[in-house]
Amino acid sequence: MPVSVDHSRLIYDALKSHGVRLISALPETWLVHLVRFADEDPDTILVRLAKEEEGVGLSMGAHFAGVRSAMLMQNHGFLASVNGIVSGAQLFRVPLLMLITARGELGESDPWQTEGGLVTRHVLDALRIPREDLDAPEHVEERIAKAHVLAHSSNRPVALLLGRDLMWEPA
Amino acid sequence: MTGREGGKGRRGDSAGAIRMRRLAALEALYPRFEDERTVVVTIMGAVAAELQSLGHRPSFFYLQHAMGLASSIGLGIALCRPELTVVVLDGDGSVLMNLGGLTTLGRYRPPNLVQLVFDNESLLSVGGFPTATATGADLAAIAGAADVPRTEKADTPEEVLAAYDRAIDAAEMTTIVAKVEDHYATPAETVGFVTPLGLLENRLQFARHLETLKGPRI
Repeated sequence: MPVSVDHSRLIYDALKSHGVRLISALPETWLVHLVRFADEDPDTILVRLAKEEEGVGLSMGAHFAGVRSAMLMQNHGFLASVNGIVSGAQLFRVPLLMLITARGELGESDPWQTEGGLVTRHVLDALRIPREDLDAPEHVEERIAKAHVLAHSSNRPVALLLGRDLMWEPA
Repeated sequence: MTGREGGKGRRGDSAGAIRMRRLAALEALYPRFEDERTVVVTIMGAVAAELQSLGHRPSFFYLQHAMGLASSIGLGIALCRPELTVVVLDGDGSVLMNLGGLTTLGRYRPPNLVQLVFDNESLLSVGGFPTATATGADLAAIAGAADVPRTEKADTPEEVLAAYDRAIDAAEMTTIVAKVEDHYATPAETVGFVTPLGLLENRLQFARHLETLKGPRI
């Protein structure tokens, strides 16, 4: 059960086609190819973070600078970023395109991911962050496009939850 | 047993000396901030109020919350806009809240980024609680160990200005740590100067200003 190269490429190409030039990331297993694509792309500024909350600041700075950005993180990284999202991006009305791996949901075999899986969607809802699942290749391009449009029209964060069925494929 | 609780234990070697006032350092630097291609991101509280008291400019962004992220915002701007000089006015409390961010600064080290940390050893804006720099933590040493290419310490407004100019001349990412007294400019000292600038007004004006600066360096 490897991480899907093809689906990762689909996501990366969709981000690129919507003008994303800066990507912040704190890698996890499901994001390994996405981070690699960003790293190998000379037109993309990849910023590897020590903690995901920094990515909120990176995206705020990029937005002020007129550059479109995206954040790659695990759901636990999202949980670790909440204050930055609330008192940075939301307070100052900055669009964030957050791609969050939905660990700890059905099919999760790592016990340590399971608590985060139970609360991630509730926390997104409590923060009034629109969320959509990316869980099949057919809708990746369309949903990234729509998330991007809403983030910039509302000047607020929007979350796309990367699901197991999209990110993993049978060996 | 040597107590180090609450800042009452070991202190830095400047303890007891009269420290510079942050406002004096900002006054010394302010002419540099008038450069068209220099933008300033500042933390909230005393730094923001005192900078604004010297005269607001559309190139100033006051991060009135989100403690710790001023340097991350500055990094984002600096990486995206290499033709600009980006100055982050930081504080000991904010840097301590995002110490990992120093390693990100050291890793990407944009040559057009200067981080000036005003270290008053206190969380002043919330009533004055000693931070770990009051008991010996050395932010310049931490920044250096985080691989920030240049670090300096500055104890007078003249030294701050000289360190800033050296950072610009060196064209290498620099963290300057300036010990300042834990004094908040009184309302009487800033009244009449602070603009009633809203958070969103500042944020929109700042982004618009950066947009006007686009294009090749003249």
